[in-house]
Amino acid sequence: MRIPCPHCGERGHEEFAYYGAADPRRPDADAPLEAWHDYVYLRDNPAGPHRELWQHVHGCRRWLEVTRDTRSHAIAAARDVAARGTA
Amino acid sequence: MTYSFLRLAAEALRGQTGWTPAWRDPEPKAEYDALVVGGGGHGLATAYYLAREHGITNVAVLEKGWIGSGNAGRNTTIIRSNYLLPGNEAFYEHSMKLWEGLEQDLNYNAMVSQRGVLNLVNSDAARDAAARRGNAMRLHGVDAELLDADGVRAMVPYLDFDNARFPIKGGLLQRRGGTARHDAVVWGFARAADRRGVDIVQNCEVTGIRVSNGRVMGVETTRGFIGAGKVGLAVAGNSSRLAGMAGMRLPIESHVLQAFVSEAIKPLIDCVITFGAGHFYISQSDKGGLVFGGDIDGYNSYAQRGGLPLVEDVMEAFMALLPLAGRLRVLRSWGGIMDMSMDGSPIIDRSPIEGLYLNTGWCYGGFKATPASGWCFAWTMAKDEAHPLNAAMRLDRFASGALIDEKGAGPYPNKH
Ligand SMILES: Cc1cc2nc3c(=O)[nH]c(=O)nc-3n(C[C@H](O)[C@H](O)[C@H](O)COP(=O)(O)OP(=O)(O)OC[C@H]3O[C@@H](n4cnc5c(N)ncnc54)[C@H](O)[C@@H]3O)c2cc1C
Ligand SMILES: [Zn+2]
Repeated sequence: MRIPCPHCGERGHEEFAYYGAADPRRPDADAPLEAWHDYVYLRDNPAGPHRELWQHVHGCRRWLEVTRDTRSHAIAAARDVAARGTA
Repeated sequence: MTYSFLRLAAEALRGQTGWTPAWRDPEPKAEYDALVVGGGGHGLATAYYLAREHGITNVAVLEKGWIGSGNAGRNTTIIRSNYLLPGNEAFYEHSMKLWEGLEQDLNYNAMVSQRGVLNLVNSDAARDAAARRGNAMRLHGVDAELLDADGVRAMVPYLDFDNARFPIKGGLLQRRGGTARHDAVVWGFARAADRRGVDIVQNCEVTGIRVSNGRVMGVETTRGFIGAGKVGLAVAGNSSRLAGMAGMRLPIESHVLQAFVSEAIKPLIDCVITFGAGHFYISQSDKGGLVFGGDIDGYNSYAQRGGLPLVEDVMEAFMALLPLAGRLRVLRSWGGIMDMSMDGSPIIDRSPIEGLYLNTGWCYGGFKATPASGWCFAWTMAKDEAHPLNAAMRLDRFASGALIDEKGAGPYPNKH
């Protein structure tokens, strides 16, 4: 599997560290416990396209949001997390 | 048909013409008292114990492919009960006790071999951790022996003891641990369940779960709707997909774990050895191949194959432990999809939907759990409550904070 880093080009995935799903967004500090439970523990875990976070630790060290199909490992998109804003 | 020495002798004389299929191939009925989704070890064991322990025999196991085509037929067959935490250890020891009587119970040769599981330690800190784990096991009445380097050398002299980076300083040995033949476990449970009236329905994929007023009504399948008041999910790496059909999200990620087998060699390794300095475990099959594996690849995957970086990692650990690996050829490698939970421990519990039960989160250690998992899941489904052995394996522990995190790694499935 090779990940197209927007800064460094296509690199083997062993240069990257995997974090997990990119969709869960940190709730407000005073959000109800349920929102925190969802954020920390529950995952969609789809068989198909999955937005996920990888850090290019042996390259530019930037965090990337990668959209990868978990059945084929085909990567549809990779962008710097800065590009996705805070929404 | 009961298997026995007499039967074997009689069939030898008759040219092996009298054997009948080990289980039937029934058409699914429109309705059952209970359904188990997933024909792996856990699902089949659940059906067997539902029938044997609770007298619930109007049961079907629904399997999308053939039984044992998932992780049950892909694992490295190690069985052990060397856990640290109270929520786990009594459960795994119950499993070990069931393994010890399984073949007589099932009337099937599952090739359970208590050849010993030896966890090596490579540093003083690792020795302290092993001593702690061994003491925890003994407090639960489980056998554990701490060996020094000489003790390990006497057992397995061919390891690289004086490796400059990873010298072997000793090990924690569970003599009652070992291996079992994974396919035979599947077939044994299938046959024993079938003999008690359970329908084993293969090539029957569950595509939907029908819920009405918070109660499960049955499942949609590729062979039509099948009704049941109780539905148990035991689908390992596909747990999130099945739970999703009932509108639930689980504290689970699916990851691929690879395993390898070498060409056959003369008998060399007569126990199970695990490497302490890296994640690596090895044993030798009866056919002579060395069976080994390591870590999961580390990213969400539903592809039953892994990547080369992990292959390299496993081979490096193999070489560090056993330099003779350099002269061996690897025959095959494969992968299976693990249900990695957020604390590394399993879930055997009811779900928020009445009549729907969850059996998941086995990570890469669910083979050893097969008998106890089926036993406890059957109890939970039959009585609608947990047995004390699986009382801690709750779904709501992630909300309550009562996690069972053996490694203390936190909510990162790829770190367990
Ligand atoms: C490479 C590898 C090595 C391992 N080594 C060990 C080890 O040494 N020791 C150990 O204790 N554990 C080990 N494990 C883990 C162990 O194999 C699993 O935890 C255990 O087998 C999971 O339970 P199961 O047998 O019921 O799963 P499975 O055999 O995966 O059963 C689940 C079944 O559900 C079916 N299914 C899925 N979706 C549907 C659907 N929609 N409808 C109908 N059926 C469906 C699948 O086809 C599958 O047959 C290993 C796993 C792997 C992959
Ligand atoms: Zn980069």
